[in-house]
Amino acid sequence: MKRALPVLTVITAIILAWYAAAVVLNAPWARDQANRSGTTLTLPALLRDTMTQERPVLPAPHQVAKGLWDGVAGQKITSKRSLVWHGWITLSATLAGFAVGSLAGILLAVGIVHSRVIDLSVMPWAIASQTVPILAIAPMVIVVFASAGITGLVPKAMISAWLSFFPVLVGMVKGLRTPDAMQMDLMRSWNASQAQVFWRLRLPSALPYLFASLKVAVAAALVGTIVGELPAGATAGLGARLLSGSYYGQTVQIWAALFAAAALAAGLIAIIGAIERVTLRRMGLAR
Amino acid sequence: MIAAEGVSLTFQTADGPVHALKDVDLTIGKGEFVSFIGPSGCGKTTFLRTIAALETPSAGQISVNGMGADDARRARAYGYVFQAPGLYPWRTISGNISLPLEIMGFPRADRVERIARVLDLVELSGFGGKFPWQLSGGMQQRASIARALAFDADILLMDEPFGALDEIVRDRLNEALLELWRKTGKTIGFVTHSIPEAVYLSTRIVVMSPRPGRITRVIDSPLPRDRPLEIRDTPEFIRIAQEVREGLREGHSYD
Repeated sequence: MKRALPVLTVITAIILAWYAAAVVLNAPWARDQANRSGTTLTLPALLRDTMTQERPVLPAPHQVAKGLWDGVAGQKITSKRSLVWHGWITLSATLAGFAVGSLAGILLAVGIVHSRVIDLSVMPWAIASQTVPILAIAPMVIVVFASAGITGLVPKAMISAWLSFFPVLVGMVKGLRTPDAMQMDLMRSWNASQAQVFWRLRLPSALPYLFASLKVAVAAALVGTIVGELPAGATAGLGARLLSGSYYGQTVQIWAALFAAAALAAGLIAIIGAIERVTLRRMGLAR
Repeated sequence: MIAAEGVSLTFQTADGPVHALKDVDLTIGKGEFVSFIGPSGCGKTTFLRTIAALETPSAGQISVNGMGADDARRARAYGYVFQAPGLYPWRTISGNISLPLEIMGFPRADRVERIARVLDLVELSGFGGKFPWQLSGGMQQRASIARALAFDADILLMDEPFGALDEIVRDRLNEALLELWRKTGKTIGFVTHSIPEAVYLSTRIVVMSPRPGRITRVIDSPLPRDRPLEIRDTPEFIRIAQEVREGLREGHSYD
């Protein structure tokens, strides 16, 4: 209860502010409609109207909740109106991209830590790759792949891998370099091989850093996938849902898709957090 | 056992060369307990590290067990104890002691037997399953000594191993270290900046001074091998301590 109270307070405050914003933002349209039909709105009628519009500027929380519920539970999950179906499309590409990206990040980090040449040659490009705006790159990736006849999961996973490898790379390089001079000297005094130093010292030291960066990476992977779903008239995935919602002014649909994406990200991060806790506890690092 | 001839070591720094060691000659016989004492910057740690082949001398020769220092390192001739225990937080005490044994490829049954033996030697039996953070600083340092003993190197090199501990724990560990030395007959090289510690432990005390790092005096201790803590109040002990202090003054260590 002690922990729940502050959280509930913040959530309540957000919902109240949201309702207030919905009233303010949706009121002009309601007044406009009333003027056209030559009626005047009483305050209660105005308030009711701002929360029940078909295409509000800002849907009220309960409208979003209903939209989310309809999308998740109100449809067959194979339906194209189902958020579960769209969510799965996005999730599969996210997981594929995350797997490829993290693996690439880990392997590059191992290379960078062990070879000065790789460090000097790869790191600048890795940093440069992240300064390119993903919104500019994503359509090109989609188009190039599509012209080669590859559509669907692969190009989206490429974009999400592009975004997710970097945090893993940076976290892993930092983690693999944490052992101090004394730890390295000890290994040297035992005449340990590079492989032994890696598996017994560097890798375990890096694990806490790896988990922290995996959490950042999985969120980035999700963003990458959604961005990959926006261009070229994609028809499936949460990104496509966002896009079609904005085409047709279906703000409730946009917000429902947004919340579905947020829930997906939270779930993925929670899963990594759980694996982290179990691993670190088994390693004796959690206290 | 350990022989240094004309060993010099110069570090190139931005402010010009630093002569960490200059023309150091020293022979350490088997079973000796030799302490290195001097102010910081006198090269005592650097000298211990050159014996361990963690530094390479710019001139001179070091032989350990009849080999070059680096070959001796490869042959795992010594165990090294640092000022910090350097235990892996993700391994238990037993796991930490097992680490060098795993690296050196000892079979599992042998490892278990050796871990039990060295834990007993440093009086930590029963703590093998604990994680390092569950132990006091003194116990952690004892575990790190056990780790250095586990693979039966003849030589134990210790770089201010008790420097970070309080004096009461330090007394206790000094006593335990002497006991361990008597039992195992190891050759021990011990860096310290405490005069009583050096006199209490050593068969020979090497006094060093800085700029350039060199040996100013080597003092043989006439104290018997069997040394209760009370020996520190005897006139003999006080005389040796005085001699060490004179050696330090000679090297302008007090300037």
